[in-house]
Amino acid sequence: MLKVLPLAVRNLARYGRRTALTAALIVIGVTAVLLFIAVTGSFKALMVGQITDSFLGSLQIHRKGYVASIDTLPLNLNMPAQLTLQVEQALRREPEIDAWSPRVKFAAMFSNFLETTSVRVNGVDPAREAATEPLLPGRVRNGAREGPLLERGQILVPTLIAAGLKVNAGDTVVLVATNRDGSVNGKTLEIRGTLESATGPGGRDSYIHIDDARELLRMQAPEVSEIAVRLRDLTQVDAVVGRLEAAFAGLANSPGRPALEVHGWQKLTPFANVANMIDLLTLFIKIVLLAIVLVSIMNVMIMAVYERVREIGTIAAIGTPPRRILLLFLSEGLVLAVGATLAGIVVSLAAVQALNLAGITYAFGQQSDIRLAARLAASEVAVIAALVIAMGVLATLQPAWKASRMDPIQALRHV
Amino acid sequence: MRVVEAQKVEKTYQAGNAAVHAVRSMDFVIDAGAFVAFVGPSGSGKSTLLNMIAGLDRPTAGRLTVLGVDVATLGRSDAAAFRGENLGFIFQDFNLIPVLSAYENIEYPLLMVQDWPAAKRRTQVLKLLDAVGMADQKDKRPDQLSGGQKQRVAVARALVANARLVLADEPTANLDHNTAYRIIALMKAMRDELGTSFVFSTHDTKIMSEAEHLFTLEDGRLAGSTAREAAHA
Repeated sequence: MLKVLPLAVRNLARYGRRTALTAALIVIGVTAVLLFIAVTGSFKALMVGQITDSFLGSLQIHRKGYVASIDTLPLNLNMPAQLTLQVEQALRREPEIDAWSPRVKFAAMFSNFLETTSVRVNGVDPAREAATEPLLPGRVRNGAREGPLLERGQILVPTLIAAGLKVNAGDTVVLVATNRDGSVNGKTLEIRGTLESATGPGGRDSYIHIDDARELLRMQAPEVSEIAVRLRDLTQVDAVVGRLEAAFAGLANSPGRPALEVHGWQKLTPFANVANMIDLLTLFIKIVLLAIVLVSIMNVMIMAVYERVREIGTIAAIGTPPRRILLLFLSEGLVLAVGATLAGIVVSLAAVQALNLAGITYAFGQQSDIRLAARLAASEVAVIAALVIAMGVLATLQPAWKASRMDPIQALRHV
Repeated sequence: MRVVEAQKVEKTYQAGNAAVHAVRSMDFVIDAGAFVAFVGPSGSGKSTLLNMIAGLDRPTAGRLTVLGVDVATLGRSDAAAFRGENLGFIFQDFNLIPVLSAYENIEYPLLMVQDWPAAKRRTQVLKLLDAVGMADQKDKRPDQLSGGQKQRVAVARALVANARLVLADEPTANLDHNTAYRIIALMKAMRDELGTSFVFSTHDTKIMSEAEHLFTLEDGRLAGSTAREAAHA
């Protein structure tokens, strides 16, 4: 292989303009794909980060059947205290887990004593919730942003509900809820602040202290509706979900009927479809790139074989083994693909750097002036490089095979 | 020792519905160290015969043995290996590789066909460059050389891997007379120095007189076999 490489380089240089044009096409293609990946990757990471670090968590654990009826926030599907303890033991053993937060969720009526509306209430441990949802404290508006997220007797109210009912931080409101037994209870709370929605206008999620929630619902034991979990590395979510499901397999209601269900963030929000669409678009762009590489390199190599028929006849006549002729032409495709890919990577990295230096900003949900932080992971660059180079060699295969199988007599007669 | 032995060798092509007899029932022997020419007009079968001796083409009948090997029995890869180890080629159009220098063209069979080590390769190439009088032109590419210089490089390339038999198809056809004579003289000198057998084809009557043995072909048949003294007579 090393013997044919210098000759391959010279043969490519022989048709310098054609080689340069083909290489330029590949460089443009590689650059376009890597830039697309860098920019959409940045947007996707921000979008997913906003959702998982604001309210969803990387994954959630519920009693079996809870997610299917999550819209009604069923209190009869809460995890009993003993089960919660067993879950927390399993979570402590999982090294990928950064933090988790038990929540009591229920529907309630929210009243300013003049008007009433419905809200979804999240009873949370303020410190653990802030650790699990690090972007949540940043969503608090018009209220105390220092100190703990919440204290006993306080409530965080969605901004639009606060505006609709004309209440603000420091005001007293009342929550009325029906517990599992059907009895209606009420609790007076002070508004600590209003809470911006993470994903856009709307949202009816309020936050109160978990002990207030249990008191309002008159729970005899500390039940939990869900446990939101934050992972150190979000890409590990499927692996961790799998491990937790295995760990919870022993906690079955009856044989074959697990007591718990674990859902990654993708299963819990429609924004996962947007992320999937970004992945699909990236795949489509990759396919277009590979088609460009295939056609351009195959074209250049077919021409190379056609123009060098007599030369192929000569080297075959003087005894060059067919496999070495094959290798010679494959090397030309390989050198062209590798060279153009490397150049494309260099141009892409420079373009990503330039984009970041340009300080482009955009808005997502309620957040504006989010600075574009395009970045390329080494693994993404490696995958694109491997695909382009493999496609380059594949595109050369047919012309190279044809060259190696050429009849020397016919080739030497070629004009 | 015999380098080539042909017994009732025939080659028939199918051109449409018609059978073309390029070589008909040919018998001849070429001994080691010979300097032999196949002569005859175009279409007499010279090139077909050389191609069969080279193992590039197969006889349709008869037996053709080259250096003790029945070339008709060789497969594609074996034939390539046989040519690489035993034969050298000189072409009418020189057929040097345009992107390689004179040195690299001569080195090509040692590098790409036979895998000689670098030091041994260099010694051998310099020796052949010197032998064909091209040492001072070794870095030039084919497009920087004259026709005669190109053919000298081609002669060196044919001999560099210690070929036992060199086949040259009309090696002087694209050269002027003086250059053609010098190339033939060079080939003969190489034969004398290295003991390599040379078989070439030509239709140039002046060049053919330089051969030590002439095989005259007509319509695919061997019409005559003449030793050098007879050719000069």
